[in-house]
Amino acid sequence: MSLTTFLIQCLNSLQYGLLLFLVASGLTLIFGIMGVINLAHGSFYMIGAYMAFALSPIVAATLGGGFFSVLVAGVLLAILLGYVLEWIFYSYLYEREHLQQVLMTYGLILVFEELRSLLVGDDVHGVQAPEILSGTLPLGDLMTYPVYRIFISAVCMVLALGMYLVFTRTRLGMMIRAGSANREMVQSLGIDIQFLYRVVFAAGVALAAFAGMVAAPVSSVYPGMGGSVLIICFVVVVIGGIGSIRGALLAALLIGFVDTFGKVVLPQAAGVLVYVLMAVILLWKPDGLFKAG
Amino acid sequence: MNTKIIRLAVACSLALAAPMVHAQTTGKLKVGLMLPATGTFASLGLAIENGFRLYVTEQGGKLAGREIEYFSVDDESDPSKATDNINKLVKRDNVDVVIGTVHSGVAMAMAKVAKDTGTLMIVPNAGSDAVTGPMCAQNIFRSSFSNWQPAYAMGEVVAQKGHKTVVTITWKYATGDETVRGFKEGFEKSGGKVVKELSLPFPNVEFQALLTEIAATKPDAVYTFFAGGGAVKFLKDYSAAGLKKSIPLYGPGFLTDGTLDALNGEAEGLLTTLHYADSLNTPRDNAFRLAYAKTYKLQPDVYAVQGYDAAQMLKIGLTAVKGDISKKAEFEEALSKVKFDSPRGPFTLGKSHNPVQDIYLRQVIGKENKIIGIASKALADPGRGCRLL
Amino acid sequence: MKPRVIFVIASFVALALYPLVAAGFGIDLITKVMIFAIVALSLELLVGGTGLVCFGQAAFFGIGSYVAVLLSPQDGPASVAWLLPAAMLAAAGYAMAVGALSLRTRGVYFIMVTLAFAQMAYYVVHDTPLGGGTDGIYLMMKPVLGERIDLDRPIILYFFTLFALILVFGFLSLLQRSRFGRALAGIRVNEQRMRATGFETYPYKLAAFTISGAIAGLGGFLFAVKDGFVNPELMSWHFSGSVLIMVILGGIGHLRGALIGAFAFALLQELFQSEAIFGAFAKHWHLGLGLAIIASVAALPNGLVGLPGQIRDRLMGRSSRRAQIEGMRG
Repeated sequence: MSLTTFLIQCLNSLQYGLLLFLVASGLTLIFGIMGVINLAHGSFYMIGAYMAFALSPIVAATLGGGFFSVLVAGVLLAILLGYVLEWIFYSYLYEREHLQQVLMTYGLILVFEELRSLLVGDDVHGVQAPEILSGTLPLGDLMTYPVYRIFISAVCMVLALGMYLVFTRTRLGMMIRAGSANREMVQSLGIDIQFLYRVVFAAGVALAAFAGMVAAPVSSVYPGMGGSVLIICFVVVVIGGIGSIRGALLAALLIGFVDTFGKVVLPQAAGVLVYVLMAVILLWKPDGLFKAG
Repeated sequence: MNTKIIRLAVACSLALAAPMVHAQTTGKLKVGLMLPATGTFASLGLAIENGFRLYVTEQGGKLAGREIEYFSVDDESDPSKATDNINKLVKRDNVDVVIGTVHSGVAMAMAKVAKDTGTLMIVPNAGSDAVTGPMCAQNIFRSSFSNWQPAYAMGEVVAQKGHKTVVTITWKYATGDETVRGFKEGFEKSGGKVVKELSLPFPNVEFQALLTEIAATKPDAVYTFFAGGGAVKFLKDYSAAGLKKSIPLYGPGFLTDGTLDALNGEAEGLLTTLHYADSLNTPRDNAFRLAYAKTYKLQPDVYAVQGYDAAQMLKIGLTAVKGDISKKAEFEEALSKVKFDSPRGPFTLGKSHNPVQDIYLRQVIGKENKIIGIASKALADPGRGCRLL
Repeated sequence: MKPRVIFVIASFVALALYPLVAAGFGIDLITKVMIFAIVALSLELLVGGTGLVCFGQAAFFGIGSYVAVLLSPQDGPASVAWLLPAAMLAAAGYAMAVGALSLRTRGVYFIMVTLAFAQMAYYVVHDTPLGGGTDGIYLMMKPVLGERIDLDRPIILYFFTLFALILVFGFLSLLQRSRFGRALAGIRVNEQRMRATGFETYPYKLAAFTISGAIAGLGGFLFAVKDGFVNPELMSWHFSGSVLIMVILGGIGHLRGALIGAFAFALLQELFQSEAIFGAFAKHWHLGLGLAIIASVAALPNGLVGLPGQIRDRLMGRSSRRAQIEGMRG
């Protein structure tokens, strides 16, 4: 593999890993802070992608905006969706056993998939990247790298930085960190745990949906896209350590690299590699790489 | 209380298992359509069904005097559900003939059931070589193509153009493997070499790492197979990676049939081989295209033609037995000898029940696949492993 | 006899009599459901019997299926006498390996590790030539047992499966009451306490894992024979999830729960898919199924097994907490 190719594959790995991180961070927060196993998290990613597809004509007609307006509109809708969902459904799951949460969120996946089928149909759709990001950068003598993919990586890094700042510099972040380390203690300190949960959940949904929207131009919008991202996200969360954002970032990048290079170097083993990685890490550190927080 | 539940359960199963009575010669002919209504091949399934129904409507809703009753199952292009799905049509609905499907893996599962139960089956797309190869049978027919046909023809074209090294990229399933094999056969006999065979799982569309690999290998040309939504994505990504300008892309026509509307010029100038093209300009094709456009407000593609021809085949067979489908031997005999005017050209079947047809060389110009020549005349699939030969 | 024993026996009798009234499609369907019941029972041994939530049952099931197909000769039918044990042995072997490695982890990590190992098996058959890829492989000739039992005939396969189901149920019932089963129950209730008394829990858990894998492999063998076709989706996590749902839906901690859960889940699917009832909306049957699952978990904390108890308590005005405790004793 030449140096140029290696660098390009590194860029590919970074982009995939960062996108995974965005989705997985929501999952690890929800799991770590609220103790809820949410199988429907992949569906939020799918909802985001389908929003990118379905909202563009509407936003164009009413607000006259383009891709970025769609992103903003989508995030706002996702936050609203997360808030409502937590209120009418997820708040009943806190008291239940893990197994029941698994079952109920699995049922939710089915419901989301069919609602999507009813509202938007079952076709595969493409989403156009915005004009200013549609260019390509020449890399090496033959290949060009799409600017949009660099945009994805950049956006994810900005969001990761933003999350870091919120967690370490704000009161809300402090409460979230405390909540994920010791929920009962936080409750007994008189912090409005209900509000905290709702915020965290809405944020988790928004992160996943945003990832779906941003990824839509490169991954296409198709039924079942939630399922494939879900399982990898669980792997990220488990490797990184439940409730740990740092862990999710490291794990996501690790998986990004293993998967991308695996596909090219050992195509037949590519699928297995990620799981081998997870098994090896868990056998070495049974609780994941980092502690919560 | 508990036994009541059992009785209720048994009653439910009874309701679901109730056999249906069907007439042999005069009642409605039960046609089971097993096509994808969801997933990446959904538009192909729709085109096939449109084509089939168009022909039946043109015949006044009846084939050989028998009215058609349709039963549909969405196979979701999922081989794991295929056996269950075709059993629904064959064992629960007791259809007289099965028309399906698009995905080769699903079609093979269907062929196995059809072979075991003796149900008549006409394949309106799936090109799996096995269906008219080792899995061939008296009651299994195809109105479309075998994966080998357009691939082999393209292999010869690419060799003629002077390319010496080729990288192939496709989905890793029966169709992908067979199309690459067919291409290699046609291409390598002139001295060229396929230097790398890249693939990714179906229906994955994350091509970026593999496109980088292609650029690193720097072949003379790239041969690819994708269809439906996957084809759209690939063509867009190939162009965005800058490869469209530097490494010529070739493939069977599924790449560009039914996908041009979703593209924005990313396929302009592409050469493909297929047994159909958008600009054949024969009276039969023009009549078909006009009728199709009027009925469905869409332009037809190769999938619509294949569905249309499946209906034509069925009619010819039915006419030969005067509507009595229980005369299986005569019916199958008549079908194997069909000769009719298809929108794609004159249509006949080879001994393994696969169409013998001209493979056209087409080029994408605007939103059309324009015919620029004949890549291979009256190409017949060798039907390797078929015991009917 | 206790009502639940009558229930179980009545169910088996009903199943034995079912072919008298059913047509080909019905027999096919109920054979499939009985196979799922066998796999659900194997998972119940782990989840309800030992407290181990395994999210990788599909791997053992799939290995049983694939081995059945891969070891069958192309030209003539194999004998069930060696093919079936071979399939079960392969599944048990993988289960033992997975168990040995996963039992080091706890809680949700354990769930994920079992999932990881199942995914590994899935990708081996999905991506390598061994498994024939996504299109799967075919069983050309179905196996036979001796001279007269030809599993190619659906009705014979039906009774063979029913027989297997009864054997598995009986075996697990005996196991539950044995010293081994009591040990597993102890591990489920409070493993730490067991260990504190000097009890080595690891070999028991590993044994339970292996037995569970073997039974799932039996289910896999039967499935391969029924369809004559195996493909990687048999090992997908979707299937592992479905089996888990069958067990939970039926009611954890009761063997008949696995039976009821498997039948309820399969029949629910058929119900929602039925065009006769839902017409064109049957295409969206996942919606009905999803809602039914959510509703049943919300309303039935003890699964379907606990339903009669719940209704009885409602009628008699007892509190639901009491019902839960009573249900657990079941």
